[in-house]
Amino acid sequence: MNITHLILRRLGIGVATVFIVSLLVFVGTEILPGDIAHAILGQGATPELVANIRARLGLDDPAHIRYFRWLGNLITGDLGTSLANGGSIADDIRERAGNTFMLSGITALIAVPLSLLLGLIASTRPGGIVDRIISSTTLALISVPDFLIAVLLVMFFSVYMGWLPSISSLRGGEDIFKIVRALTLPVITLVFTVLAHMTRMTRTAVLNVLASPAIEMAFLKGVPKWRIILLHALPNAIAPIINVIALNLAYLISGIVVIETMFNYTGLGRLMVQGVITRDIPLVQACAMIFCSIYILLNMSADIISIVANPRIRHPK
Amino acid sequence: MSSDQMHNDILQVRNLCVDAVPRKGKPFAIVNDISFSVEPGKVVALIGESGSGKTTISLACMAYAKPGCVITSGSVELDGMKMLELNQSEKQLARGVNISYVAQSAAASFNSALTINRQVTEIPVIKNLMSREEAEKKAIELYRQLDLPDPENIGKRYPHQVSGGQLQRLMAAMAMICDPKLLILDEPTTALDVTTQIEVLQAFKNLIHQKNTSAIYVSHDLSVVAQIADDILVLKDGKMVEYGPVEQIVSNAKQDYTRMLIDAAHVMPDTIHPAPVNTKQETPMFEANNITAGYGINHASIVLKDVSLRVNKGETVGVIGESGSGKSTLGRVICGLMSPKIGDLILEGAAIPGALKQRSLEQLQRIQIVFQMADVALNPRHRIQKILQRPLEFYFGMSGQEAKNRVIELLELVELPASFMDRYPRELSGGQKQRVNLARALAAKPDLIICDEITSALDTIVAEAILDLLQDLQDRLGITYIFISHDISTIAKIADTVAVMRLGEVVEYGSTSEILTPPHHEYTELLLDSVPDLHPGWLEKVMAKRLESA
Repeated sequence: MNITHLILRRLGIGVATVFIVSLLVFVGTEILPGDIAHAILGQGATPELVANIRARLGLDDPAHIRYFRWLGNLITGDLGTSLANGGSIADDIRERAGNTFMLSGITALIAVPLSLLLGLIASTRPGGIVDRIISSTTLALISVPDFLIAVLLVMFFSVYMGWLPSISSLRGGEDIFKIVRALTLPVITLVFTVLAHMTRMTRTAVLNVLASPAIEMAFLKGVPKWRIILLHALPNAIAPIINVIALNLAYLISGIVVIETMFNYTGLGRLMVQGVITRDIPLVQACAMIFCSIYILLNMSADIISIVANPRIRHPK
Repeated sequence: MSSDQMHNDILQVRNLCVDAVPRKGKPFAIVNDISFSVEPGKVVALIGESGSGKTTISLACMAYAKPGCVITSGSVELDGMKMLELNQSEKQLARGVNISYVAQSAAASFNSALTINRQVTEIPVIKNLMSREEAEKKAIELYRQLDLPDPENIGKRYPHQVSGGQLQRLMAAMAMICDPKLLILDEPTTALDVTTQIEVLQAFKNLIHQKNTSAIYVSHDLSVVAQIADDILVLKDGKMVEYGPVEQIVSNAKQDYTRMLIDAAHVMPDTIHPAPVNTKQETPMFEANNITAGYGINHASIVLKDVSLRVNKGETVGVIGESGSGKSTLGRVICGLMSPKIGDLILEGAAIPGALKQRSLEQLQRIQIVFQMADVALNPRHRIQKILQRPLEFYFGMSGQEAKNRVIELLELVELPASFMDRYPRELSGGQKQRVNLARALAAKPDLIICDEITSALDTIVAEAILDLLQDLQDRLGITYIFISHDISTIAKIADTVAVMRLGEVVEYGSTSEILTPPHHEYTELLLDSVPDLHPGWLEKVMAKRLESA
């Protein structure tokens, strides 16, 4: 099987997964208790008004027709209108998505290189003092839930020290200094939650490769240790490391919902939580689809990078 | 040896001791007071069974000890440099430049993520001895000297893109690129097919002679060593048994152990297996008729083409071929691990289904297989008793005391003490594990046992003992064997009939004496010619003959 074939197949699986997920999202919101028309009208729901709204929203059509209509709109970029404020969901999301991607992007830019570095340092002397410090710290970080880390950070930096704001809502138009101050605590929290896992996996993956005969050979032919780790071990450890990075970035995207809510950060995650509170089903569906698609995209990219990084596939016999 | 001579030695090892330091328990010696020297341009062979300390000694010459081992005392002097007194970075500087290493399995020892040239030229380039261009030129020159195909371009490939024999030679090129004073070859041909082995051996020998390099050659196979070494150091349990020039060791060994090694060497036996007495039996124990089979969906890649063989009760058919000949696939088809695409399997006159799932319990019980790697075939977390009891429960519903008695009986059959019942596989030696592996097959009271390379991973002396055991069991219990091997000398010792396989086909088939007496099929001849002779100079003769016929 050649490499394009493998990559195309993986892409195909990715697209199929997105469709399955769309079905799950639709069914999931469909079986939620309560009626949307009632939810919109609240106290003033008369039977006529309810029937009116149901007809306008097409709620009386059978489920499969509504699903395909929704899916068709989704593919053409029409995310529908918010039930809460009647505005375009696409506009709402566009406004917030930038903030979310900024928060997760900065986190990734810090966490990924840092965890690779820490993992590599830990793997140079397994069982050494540096390795033990890194291993025990990361283990501690894995064991603490992200919201607790957030609370502790806020308690220290905002409440006791008063250095940083505990609320990070951005309304647009802030200067760079303000943005940095607003982002610092959420970014630190998120880095802590994803760093540990990636560091530990990098260490394990590199140590696994270091135990192989190829590495012993490199050592016996006189290659310095740092060069063995960077040039001989790392390329062979890429696939497992990339997979963990992808998994953690994906976790970052979903974990961001919690952190955005905690810090009152104006991003997609909080928008989705608001959607849930106001029973704004189309908004929840749209946000869920965005989060799920990013999750699938990240995992798919990891698999494709693993395929490309494998010399046996890249250079067939 | 005069002091002047001693001064000229490339390598001097004096009173070397190495300890193994287990995580729990006391350290114990694995190399005990070893001294030897290598003169310029000479090859010294370290020979012994596994556990004799030969690899440990060769690594200690590079001032390296495997994890869990410590060099406790002694001195290693490489051309005046005291290796054991260097610090870590000085050692790394000397390695690859002054002293270099060729590992047993090139396939595992090359880094699969880097091109071959990248790895071959790495040391001279990072140590600023050559520019990348110079190093690549030198590499190509070495590839040419080692008879590698397409020397200009082979280095641009990745390790998985070349064959095992080529990789082994490429590893020698990697070791030779800085013109080291001493080259260490650690079982460099053991993992290769016999026909490839002698080509690689010849290439190594030529290179060593051309460059006038000194070398240490580590091997368990005396006949291979006889072709390349000047001196031989025989080792047992980390101690020196005998040390002297090749001729003296081979033709005039002083120690019993050395003579045992000579007897067990992979050479053609003087007397081949006697022909069976009753060759005309009504129904053979087993027949395979016109088997075609392959791997993949619907047998897409065919590995067996129209293969037939038959074996009478109480006899042995030997299946011989090199890797890729389909011999192991044939074994898998017979025991049902793989269904044939076309062809019939007949067990004592009655056809049996191809697929394992369709076979009856009785059919399953009558055909057993023993795999090459006992290490992998025995569950490391089960005690021997449990391992042997499983087939007893499965086939005969035995349990309790009855099963236990039978386990003791089985251990007796394979000449192991009953106390082994309570041990785990890791507490057994390689040969003992293979005996347990065999006992597990015997537990089913089979009529037919397929032995797939069961002696190939064992030391020569241990392998010899297993062959004797197989013969003894056949005489006593009348078991029929299908014995698969790549080694024609082993087959000659045990088989009544031989099928020579090549590229999925049986190229020659007949009684062992027919196959082994001329005229031979071309390929059988090649296989026979590739079995090393104990006498030095054999290699040159064979290679000259090959050149002639080519």
